[in-house]
Amino acid sequence: MKLTKSLPFRNIAGRPARSAALVILTVLMAVTMICGTLIVSSLRTGLNALEARLGADIMTVPASALSKQNFENVIMQGSRGYFYMDRSYLDKAAEREGIEKISPQLYLASASSSCCSVPLQIIGYDPETDFTVTPWIKRSMGGELKDLDVVVGNDLSVFVGNTITFYGVECNVAAKLDKTGTDLDTAVYTNMNTIKTLIRSSLELGMNDFADIDPDSVVSCILIKVAGGYTVDEVLNDLNLHVRRTKSFKTADMVSGIAGSLEGISGLIGALICAVWVLGLVILFLAFVMSVNGRKKEFAVLRVTGASRRKLSGIVMSEALMMTVTGAVIGILLGLLIVLPFNGVIEESMGMPFLLPDTGVVLLFSVLALIVSAAAGAVSAAYSAHRIGCIDTGVILRGDN
Amino acid sequence: MTMTAEALTKEFIRQGNGTNRFVAVQPADISIERGQFVLLMGRSGSGKSTLLNMLAGLLTPTSGKVLYGGEDIYAMDDGKLSRFRSEHIGVIPQGQTAVHSLTVTENICLSYMLYGTDKERAAASEYAAVLMERLDISRLADAMPSELSGGELRRMAIARAMIRKPDVIFADEPTCDLDDENTENVLKILKETALSGTAVFMVTHEKDAAEYADVRYKMSSGRIERD
Repeated sequence: MKLTKSLPFRNIAGRPARSAALVILTVLMAVTMICGTLIVSSLRTGLNALEARLGADIMTVPASALSKQNFENVIMQGSRGYFYMDRSYLDKAAEREGIEKISPQLYLASASSSCCSVPLQIIGYDPETDFTVTPWIKRSMGGELKDLDVVVGNDLSVFVGNTITFYGVECNVAAKLDKTGTDLDTAVYTNMNTIKTLIRSSLELGMNDFADIDPDSVVSCILIKVAGGYTVDEVLNDLNLHVRRTKSFKTADMVSGIAGSLEGISGLIGALICAVWVLGLVILFLAFVMSVNGRKKEFAVLRVTGASRRKLSGIVMSEALMMTVTGAVIGILLGLLIVLPFNGVIEESMGMPFLLPDTGVVLLFSVLALIVSAAAGAVSAAYSAHRIGCIDTGVILRGDN
Repeated sequence: MTMTAEALTKEFIRQGNGTNRFVAVQPADISIERGQFVLLMGRSGSGKSTLLNMLAGLLTPTSGKVLYGGEDIYAMDDGKLSRFRSEHIGVIPQGQTAVHSLTVTENICLSYMLYGTDKERAAASEYAAVLMERLDISRLADAMPSELSGGELRRMAIARAMIRKPDVIFADEPTCDLDDENTENVLKILKETALSGTAVFMVTHEKDAAEYADVRYKMSSGRIERD
């Protein structure tokens, strides 16, 4: 093997402590970059998925829901809870101007006792008017939901064809939704007939907080899409003014709280990535400069025996690239091993929508992290190689004596 | 191949109270023929090593030319000059010089590892064994430079300069770390090398070396004159 190919290997192996330190430094830089980028990207993807899943411009709930439950917790955080208002409010809201689509939802929370397979939030929607859930369900199943069919969120460990029991009623799992990265992934969706059956059963078992409701004459939430020519604020104000004993919210406002937190976290992670990288680059740069300076005489020997500046740079660059690419690959794999299997833990600890980007995007980030990490080492080494190449060998030999 | 230097000078810039120039080598004319053993003596700081490095193609002169077979080596680009140095010039630098991640044999065969073919490298290894035998370091063939003494490293550098049987060998105080016995041995080897047709240009403080030389020069304050 020619020296220019074998020498970088030999130099790396011959100085294990220095080589290990440089590889570890690159690992740290690559881990920070890939983890940080994936986390920020997952938060953004999660927020986008949440916005898309919510679908509506305005949500109207009974005013009492605000005191009984934190409405946002039920919708955004997936907390179990339910509240009802008379169905007449749906008709009142529908009469207002500027409404293009309107659809009711009925909520019920399953209990943690033996009557139910698993405690979770059950959301009933009206397939005839729904414009928020149906598009997602259609992506997961071909036909329409039959009575006692349910569609489960992606995080639930039941599969299509399984049955799941709520308040003693056995339901068929007809489909599983795509992941949103939010707590909506733990909810169950079903049609109005089924949720009414479940509410009735809960009432019969005495397990519903609302003892005297008629499922046929109540709704939990009204979802509204604003017609063209109207602003969301106009319709919202109109609803809050004229449909009394209800409270209407802009879904964008609900998401904007999360978006604000997301910006904060993104900024924090960005600052962390920058700090590690600036520090890493300075250390990497100094390490290469010191390493090359310490080996000036070795390079002089190579020049004396006929190595051109180009060959010398090639040796220095190969050495740097071998170490930084190794460090970057280890760092990226380590980063992926941290973020991919433990995304659920990260999601839980952050309390925000968290959805990993597609495999292609993850691969793209990995390749970018590899290029940037390797380039950082290559640039540092190139500077050192250039410096050493510019000095006459005679000066190096003279200076060492 | 005849090596000729014409009006070769070297100035260095010294940073002190204001920038000033220091002339290390005054215009020097020198010619070395095949098979000549040329000796350059002088006090420390007189410019001997600077002149040697310029003649060996390792230090760009401020002015003047270094001609090998009529071709100015400093008119060559770096790639060509490096290749030329590898094939025609052997250098024994001052001090201890080695590539520390390579064995002694590999250090000696360095120029073949840079440019040679597999066949040439195999032949070089055989010749390296002969040189190591002559320099009494054959037992160290597979040792790493860190395991060698100063004198052994120096003998390794001598073998490295001789491995390609170059046209000229430049030796910068090659005997400074050696005991009397090894000094005599090295001087004898260099003399034999000169007799075999390779020109040898040696910078030394060693008075005894004078008896081996065909031509002697003295250097003082950057000025070279025949002794």
